This record gives sequence, C-alpha cells and structure tokens, in this order.
Amino acid sequence: MVPISYYLVLSAVLFGLGVVAFVIKRNIITIFMAIELMLNAVNLAFVAFARAWNQLDGLVFVFFVIVVAAAEAAVGLAIVITIMQNRDTLNVERVNSLKF
Amino acid sequence: MSLPLIVFFICALIAVVGAILLIVSREPIHSALSLILVMMALAVLYLLLGAEFIAAVQIIVYAGAIMVLFVFVIMVLNAGEEERTNWSRIAKFAGLPLGFFLLMWMAHWMADAAIGRTVANSGGGTTVAFSTVELSKLLFTKYLFPFEATSILILIAILGALVLAKREN
Repeated sequence: MVPISYYLVLSAVLFGLGVVAFVIKRNIITIFMAIELMLNAVNLAFVAFARAWNQLDGLVFVFFVIVVAAAEAAVGLAIVITIMQNRDTLNVERVNSLKF
Repeated sequence: MSLPLIVFFICALIAVVGAILLIVSREPIHSALSLILVMMALAVLYLLLGAEFIAAVQIIVYAGAIMVLFVFVIMVLNAGEEERTNWSRIAKFAGLPLGFFLLMWMAHWMADAAIGRTVANSGGGTTVAFSTVELSKLLFTKYLFPFEATSILILIAILGALVLAKREN
C-alpha cells in the first residue's frame, strides 16, 4: 500500500533538488536539465493527484507539460548553440550583457 | 512490506540518487545520463500509479526525444567540465540553504495534506490502470482547444529553433 503522500513527498524532494541544481549550476545546458527535472517532479505530483481523485484530467495536463517541455528544449538548445557561436562559452556568468 | 511499496522505494531511491548525481557531476554528459536515470525511475512510478500511457510517453518523448536532443547538443558543442568561478562558490552557499528550506517546506506541506492519506495501491495489489481510451476521449473533446493550440506551439518552436540555429552569412 503506497499512500499518495509518499509520491507527493518524492515529488517535492525532486523539485527541491531541481531548484538547488538550477541555482548552483553554472553550465547553461545543466541549468536546462535542472528545469526538466523540476517539470518531471511536477508531472509526478499531477499523476499522483489524478490517482487520488481517479480523474483523468491530471494525465491530460501531464501530456501538455511534456509537449511544452519538448518545445522549450528545442528553442532553448537552439539559443544555447547561438550563445556558444557568439560567445564561445557555456558559462552563464560570461553571458552577462544585460546584467547591471 | 507489500510489493508496490518495495517497488516505490527502490524507484524513489533511484530517482533521488539520479537527481543528486545531476548536481554533483561536473561533466554535462554525466548530468544528462543521470537525468535519464531519474526519468526511467519516474516512468516505473507512473506504471505503479496505473498511468500506462504517461509512462510510455515519458520514456518515448522525455528519455527518448528530449534527452537525445540534450546529449546531441552536448556532443556538438563539445561541452567539457564546468569551470569554477567566485560566483559559483557564493551560489553554493546561497542555493543549498534555499533549496533545503524549499524542499522541507514543500515536503512538510505535502505530507500533511489530507489527500495524501488516499492509498494508491490498496490491498497490496496493483491499481486498476487509467484507461487510455478514456484519456484520448477527454483529450479530443474537453481539451480539444488546448490540444490544437499545442500543435501551433510546436510549429512556432520548430520555426524558432530553425531561425535561432541558422548561421548568419
């Protein structure tokens, strides 16, 4: 017997680790991966809630989250390639033209 | 301990270890591979929750398409080891307590929620799977407009990626 709260706590832990990775990582590709990790954690919470209420709507939302993540990854990685071509670095601290 | 609980704990352990490996590894390719590990573990958890379609989509789209794109870009850009700067050391001191606080707050809130006491895999057996037929019916009736909107979103994403990645002469 697995209570829903176990899934929710796992989802929270994964989201927290995603936030930590997002903050402490310096490589722009790894930061993207941290965002994907957070999206995955949210998906787990969606599926767990769908199971808790026996409603399929949560699964539809997971489907949409995956689609948006795919679109985001395509555009984001194109931006990464452009940054690499223009700046010759993947470190976010060297991409600071907009920084005050 | 029933079988679903054992499967849950094994997969949860794999997912958390994968997420920690993502943080501690210095090479982006190692981070990508550990993220694939997390996604595989989550796919098993989706199966445990009875969401077969989502588990399949998780493996095909996430672990298959998106992560292959990541690994491909890492390979193309020849991304090596992350460099250390002063800011990254400060970020570690700011980021770890912040993330820890966020994690504890969310875990506490979610463990206390009333809905959390609902049991997913009752009686030690597997749950009745969500019907993929019902899911697709819902997708093409109630959520038809968002579904069509995502096709436009994907189209714009393709155009955006093409425009951004195009070399200027």
